Amino acid sequence: MTLLTVEDVHKRYGREEVLKGVSLTLNRGETKVVIGPSGTGKSTLLRCVNRLTEPDSGRIWLENVEVTSAKTDINHIRAQIGFVFQDFNLFTHLTALDNVRLGLVSVKKLPKKEATDRAMAELERVGLRHKAKAYPAQLSGGQQQRVSIARALAMDPKLILFDEPTSALDPELIGEVLAVMIRLAEEGMTMIVVTHEMGFARSVADEIVFMEGGVIVEHGPPDRLFRSPEKPRTAEFLRRISELYGQEGR
Amino acid sequence: MFPSPSFPLTAETWLRVGPYIPVLLRGLGVNIQILLGLIALGFVVGILIALLEVYAPRPLAFVGSAYAWFFRGVPEIVLLFLFYFGLSRTFNIPVSPFLAAVLALGLRSSAYQAQIFRGALLSIPHGQMMAARALGLGPVRAIFHVILPQALRLSLAGWSNEFSSVLKDTTLAWGIGVVEVMRQAAYIRGRDFPLTLPIYLTVAFMFLVLTYAGNWAIGAVEKRLRVPGLETRR
Ligand SMILES: Nc1ncnc2c1ncn2[C@@H]1O[C@H](COP(=O)(O)OP(=O)(O)O)[C@@H](O)[C@H]1O
Ligand SMILES: [Mg+2]
Repeated sequence: MTLLTVEDVHKRYGREEVLKGVSLTLNRGETKVVIGPSGTGKSTLLRCVNRLTEPDSGRIWLENVEVTSAKTDINHIRAQIGFVFQDFNLFTHLTALDNVRLGLVSVKKLPKKEATDRAMAELERVGLRHKAKAYPAQLSGGQQQRVSIARALAMDPKLILFDEPTSALDPELIGEVLAVMIRLAEEGMTMIVVTHEMGFARSVADEIVFMEGGVIVEHGPPDRLFRSPEKPRTAEFLRRISELYGQEGR
Repeated sequence: MFPSPSFPLTAETWLRVGPYIPVLLRGLGVNIQILLGLIALGFVVGILIALLEVYAPRPLAFVGSAYAWFFRGVPEIVLLFLFYFGLSRTFNIPVSPFLAAVLALGLRSSAYQAQIFRGALLSIPHGQMMAARALGLGPVRAIFHVILPQALRLSLAGWSNEFSSVLKDTTLAWGIGVVEVMRQAAYIRGRDFPLTLPIYLTVAFMFLVLTYAGNWAIGAVEKRLRVPGLETRR
């Protein structure tokens, strides 16, 4: 059952065409991992999906609603798509609890009590109930990223987009964030994850997408793609990654 | 031989100031009313101008900048005259000198406050807005729930400067006939010339106390609003 369809999306910044016609489909419950060198448009692609960046052309559907249609209420769409940023972007003036609660109260219009209960439950889910009253600056990077995942989860998203969620973290903090994401994948959450964590990709991805130069070069199940990539560019990239992070990835 | 000074500063003149203090305080009360009015007006309009300058499309943002240029470029006393005589005598809008003072000084302050808020708005990282929009908040909600609360905290230090400055500016209302502390001082002085220096020293002291009290209060607010890790530069 298709949840998300991206069809021939193009995006240009000035003279540089960053996305040169990207298409993909995502089924409900599927985890897609997007890999590729930096500067190839992975973040741009994720941001086009909920139109934080407006694509120049191409169409995107969430279920049977066209995200890219001018008639669509984009705020309503965004409330159904979680987004987890590389540098967390927690609201610095709000406690962990209020960060998770904000969308519930001012987008979903839940009564305060209900919103609080739901937010506490999501903090619990990422193991941070005891940090509800802490401000972002009082949390480690790993904890901040888990709060930001809780913030996304609280909205009951149909899909969560992760843009290099562990790239800004010290190595010893990466595991706790990956553990949360692995559990989400197992619970059936639909996710697109941009990451260099090859161990994570290998173990939870239903499909790996290799992007370079604004196009999808190759995609396929992790077993096949890691063992016998069809395109030389893919093989080359995987070889460089494994040199950087070790054979198994992390 | 020196001639005896015409504005003597002796124990005897100081003692004669005492009975006039209630009158001076009544005048000062008017300054405080002007202050509260102008700072509130300046705050609301200042935020609107800053939001226009930062978020509005070009033509509107330009209106914001032109506004700031006008009110920061014209001397305060000229603004007072323009507002009072312009409104009451040219357009026959019945404004009292008091109201004209609040309007002129308040709009002028809004231009300066806008500058403070604008800097603070621009210093909020873009990711904050993106995260708010990604949750499904519309632009107005994102600004009110996420951007402004952070920007206003950052503004407090600059804002306390503006407070001290407009507090003193309220005495300019004297120029259009508001019966505030300087006007009261002038009455007293007219009646009892040798009191000139003690009276103005008393007025000076009153403003020093007000400035101190005001900054203390702003400092207390700042402390209350301080968020761990979110700096409110002093
Ligand atoms: N807002 C922007 N304005 C101009 N150029 C941008 C913007 N965002 C991204 N780019 C450019 O687009 C290209 C792709 O960026 P990005 O999508 O962030 O790549 P990736 O996430 O794969 O590293 C880069 O060359 C980057 O400099
Ligand atoms: Mg990126």
